[in-house]
Amino acid sequence: MSGNKNTGGIAWAGSLVGSQNPNNLGYRYSHAHKRYKKTDDSENDDTLPASVVVQFKNREGEEVGNLIDIPTNSDIDAMSSLVHSLLNPEEEDESKKIPYSFYAKVKRNGVVDDVEVTSTLASLIKEHNLGTEDVISLTYQPLAVFRVRPVTRCTDTMPGHTEAILHVSYSPDGRHLASGGGDTTVRFWDVNTSLPKFTCHGHKNHVLCTAWSPDGKRFASADKNGVLILWDPSKGKAVSTIKAHTKHISSIAWEPMHMNKECDRLATASKDSLVKIWHARTKRCIATLSGHLDSVECVKWGGEGLLYSASRDRTIKAWCVEGTDPKDVGKLVRTFKGHGHRINSLALSCDYVCRTGPYDHRCKKFASDDEAHQAAIDKYNAFKAGEPERMVSGSDDFTLFLWHPKESKHPIKRLTGHQQAVNHIAFSPDGRYFASASFDKKTKIWNGKSGDFISTLHGHVGAVYQVAWSSDSRYLVTASKDSTAKLWEMPAGKRAKETLPGHADEVYALDWSPNGSSVSTGSKDRTIKIWKH
Amino acid sequence: MPQHEHMERHMKLHGRRLDHEERTRKREARLVHKRSEFAQKVHGLRAKLYNEKRFKEKAAMRKTIAQHNQRNNKHANDEAVADGAVPAYLLDREGVSRAKVLSNTVKQKRKEKAGKWEVPIPKVKPVADDEMFKVMRTGSKRNKAWKRVVTKCTFVGDNFTRKAPKFERFIRPTGLRMKKANVTHPELKTSFQLDILSVKKNPSSNLYTNLGVMTKGTIIEVNVSDLGLVTTSGKVAWGKMAQVTNNPELDGCVNAVLLV
Repeated sequence: MSGNKNTGGIAWAGSLVGSQNPNNLGYRYSHAHKRYKKTDDSENDDTLPASVVVQFKNREGEEVGNLIDIPTNSDIDAMSSLVHSLLNPEEEDESKKIPYSFYAKVKRNGVVDDVEVTSTLASLIKEHNLGTEDVISLTYQPLAVFRVRPVTRCTDTMPGHTEAILHVSYSPDGRHLASGGGDTTVRFWDVNTSLPKFTCHGHKNHVLCTAWSPDGKRFASADKNGVLILWDPSKGKAVSTIKAHTKHISSIAWEPMHMNKECDRLATASKDSLVKIWHARTKRCIATLSGHLDSVECVKWGGEGLLYSASRDRTIKAWCVEGTDPKDVGKLVRTFKGHGHRINSLALSCDYVCRTGPYDHRCKKFASDDEAHQAAIDKYNAFKAGEPERMVSGSDDFTLFLWHPKESKHPIKRLTGHQQAVNHIAFSPDGRYFASASFDKKTKIWNGKSGDFISTLHGHVGAVYQVAWSSDSRYLVTASKDSTAKLWEMPAGKRAKETLPGHADEVYALDWSPNGSSVSTGSKDRTIKIWKH
Repeated sequence: MPQHEHMERHMKLHGRRLDHEERTRKREARLVHKRSEFAQKVHGLRAKLYNEKRFKEKAAMRKTIAQHNQRNNKHANDEAVADGAVPAYLLDREGVSRAKVLSNTVKQKRKEKAGKWEVPIPKVKPVADDEMFKVMRTGSKRNKAWKRVVTKCTFVGDNFTRKAPKFERFIRPTGLRMKKANVTHPELKTSFQLDILSVKKNPSSNLYTNLGVMTKGTIIEVNVSDLGLVTTSGKVAWGKMAQVTNNPELDGCVNAVLLV
């Protein structure tokens, strides 16, 4: 109702009819689209033939089946079931059928691009003026078979921190939640009952970032003094305290599990312009990566044996962290230049799969480490499917750059559109999209492969601080300075599907549980809120 | 020099004088006076040596006092945690707060109204009249003393002609007249030699402003048409304020910094 007050009493809402309503001026606002049903003339368009010839291809580009003549008005569901029957004709069980999305190769502005089929083939052909005489090749991509239910309500408010909450993170299996705050404590919470589990003292200054190892057995937190503490999440005890850096630590990255069964290496980035790699068991510094000239803002451990660090000196550097010779660890591989101002954030297409390690939506428990390791490898390979690793960087110069960091030091694309500094970027778990949050109050969605702009999410009235994807890539939540979080449906939703109000101050921290059940937000008002369906 | 321990022996045999405690107390009390008397009187090498010795003694004294006070001393609290925790992505971004920008602009406007500038040299030593002017004796007997000669650098306009001797109270010597100033642009970090247009304000006195006297801290107007500066309204600026940063009468040139 608050929206009506601003419009000077003209706007009308259903329940407020009658003489008691001061806003009721005796007439209704009527919308044209409600009164007149729009006639869609695309259905009975004579110019399009009744059918076109298509060729289905999988993600690797291999052709599936022969050329097929299908009706132009066939939609995604029809095409999905067609692909199913092509792939395994015996399968009759409806529940095992994976949903697909379809992409067609379209030439736009002289560049061949993948365009997603949104409704029917006819609409695609009309929109892009495709020739109906040629063969249209459609690449299909599997979507998540499970569906995360959109979060709509606040189920729990967890007080405990005595200062602003700066970071919240779910464990890779989604069973644990940890938070770090300005009151110098790290707190572990019970996800099922939303009660505090452990309160860990040890830091002497604001805890800026926290991170779970991909196997979920280790937990690291770093503070503003440059101290790194490794915790045992099952006991809530500090395993080791390391004075890692001379200035504040801005980012932590664990080694992905598919590279190393033990998951015992992590990298820290600090304002003292160094990146250091640590061994979690021996507590030794394996390598100190120096080369940046200014504060390092973000560090990411890639899935291909490279470590990426972004700095305020306008460069991103890739470091070798894999190799038989221990001397190879820490060698500078590439420097990515292009940004004109400090770089705030990095995102890798494999971020999510690396973060969750062997775990997925099924919450499976693994009998042994080997089994988990194998699961992590399988999951990573299934995700990668022969595509190069993609990296996106966001900067204070209001732009983003898309890179293929393993292959070239030159950017694939420069993405413009934001009107203020880009603060945070996140790839969707399936790598098809990425979202960028900016101080200009907007979030933008981009195509994860080509970097094409897809949509802008308006709605927040303050700077957007963080974004987080649901594990099925169908929803996005954003946390903002305006003390709300908002839920958006992907990729079509331009208006927020839900607003998650309740915090009394800026929302600093945000995470969506990897098993999809809940979202947690941490705010300056010293509470953590849990949001569920 | 005492031979043998005869004093100790005497003390053991006969004890101390009855007023011994009183006498030592008084001697000690007098000691500081004696020392002070000596310290005031002494000179030359002995004074140097004495001061050195005394300095060391005092340093030692300070140290022992500090040691005794240790329990009461106040220490900086290392454990204190700063308020206002912000996440890593907002650290070092405090300068861009919207409220701050607003209040700054308000302050700026107020300042502009008041016609005051934030200048690079906010405070200068005032120049007294007897330093500024030299009395010039006139009259055939040199017994009149109503004329003054300015002893500092001055700026006089292009079309200046001296008054008749009878009416010329202040004389500005031609040798100390300046036409150009070396002006530094603080942001570009380069300096240019520019024509002086006028003296706007001499902080010491209104009289000096009228006379066009340039001392350290004086605001002068310089001709910046060569620099191609543009005002906020888009016009080419040609007169701009600068502040004198050196003592022109000692250096023989005027150095100034542009107020931007």
